Amino acid sequence: MTEHNHPHDTPHPGTAQNAEPGYYARRVRALEAALVQKGVCTTSEVERAVHEMELRSPADGGRVVARAWMDPGYKARLLANGKPAVAEMGYDVTDDMPELVVVENTDQLRYLVVCTLCSCYPRWLLGRPPDWYKSLSYRSRAVVEPRSVMAEFGLEVHPDTGVEVLDSTADVRYLVIPQRPSGTDGLSEDELAKLVTRDSMVGAADALAPQLAAD
Amino acid sequence: MTKVHDRGGWPTGDPIDTSDHPMEDWELHIDGLRAVLAQKGLLITDQLRRAIESIDPPRYETMRYYERWTAAVELLLIEKGVVTAEEIDRHMPSAETSA
Amino acid sequence: MPQIATAPQRFNPGDHVRVRREAPAGHVRTPAYIMDKTGAILRVHGAFRNPEAIAYGGDGLPAMPLYLVRFNQGEIWDSYSGPQNDTLSMDLFDHWLEPA
Repeated sequence: MTEHNHPHDTPHPGTAQNAEPGYYARRVRALEAALVQKGVCTTSEVERAVHEMELRSPADGGRVVARAWMDPGYKARLLANGKPAVAEMGYDVTDDMPELVVVENTDQLRYLVVCTLCSCYPRWLLGRPPDWYKSLSYRSRAVVEPRSVMAEFGLEVHPDTGVEVLDSTADVRYLVIPQRPSGTDGLSEDELAKLVTRDSMVGAADALAPQLAAD
Repeated sequence: MTKVHDRGGWPTGDPIDTSDHPMEDWELHIDGLRAVLAQKGLLITDQLRRAIESIDPPRYETMRYYERWTAAVELLLIEKGVVTAEEIDRHMPSAETSA
Repeated sequence: MPQIATAPQRFNPGDHVRVRREAPAGHVRTPAYIMDKTGAILRVHGAFRNPEAIAYGGDGLPAMPLYLVRFNQGEIWDSYSGPQNDTLSMDLFDHWLEPA
């Protein structure tokens, strides 16, 4: 393996102060102010980046799932090669974005996605991960007791249905296609997309039943 | 000895808080700042992860998610000579005066 | 896109592999809980720059083949409480795997 350069003699910032309430809120402001003063970046660049992240949401993933539910050919392409299939729907998918592997839940097998090492998540499609996904308890428990974790989300998995946990450890992001709810044959693609929740695309929930979404 | 960030299977009976919490302003800003610095080639994701993993274990376990990001971003930028701790300190509002 | 130096792909889908047990001081993306476990290659994702080197400013070359490897939960955990053939998959780099 290659040699590493460990900066052991760099004092760790904030070591003495991290217990102080509000410290990090002030530190971020100070960091940004220092960088702006030095011309490293501008406040409007930061605000633009915040805004761009807000534009991404689970609704985008929902549209992809709805298309897959309606179009078996699209679903096959999505399962074979995630990024190009998402690009087909008009999303700007660039080379620097991590690879996307899409899996689908069936009666035989369902998936639960986690990143035990940090918080890897398909941000470029779904936006930011939920707090629970980033929590130490989820990261610890999802791999060793997925069925208990799913039960905490109100999800009872049939004993005959297998559960596979996907631990995102590298440059690949995972998206789950939840099962299409029954009673949705007459719905349009837009109406189907509304049934797809963020949690269902991580595997922690099912898609909504049509009568629930209408409320 | 498993590293503190390597959480898979750590014994815990902690329930999972499945609710959502709106992000605070400073959290949005460190999130945005990270993206801007990455676009400029000043922050690389693997380096950020390494910096987060270097946070000593008791702090890692008690710090909130974006607090770890803030500490890591600062560590990396100082390491790269983009900014010094003193330059950041100079812009720190005191606890009494900050909003 | 220009070609980058890439290590040879040693495994194919279906191959049985064991995850090495190593404890490097630096940044690794192989969780401790999977070390020494045996699984099967599900997918070959292609080759990616090595994050262990990028984490310290290296270029991460040669790029290493990355695989989705599937394991049985009953073989990972001594007391897995679900069905023993529940599975767990994760992405692992070529240099962390040996033939099983």
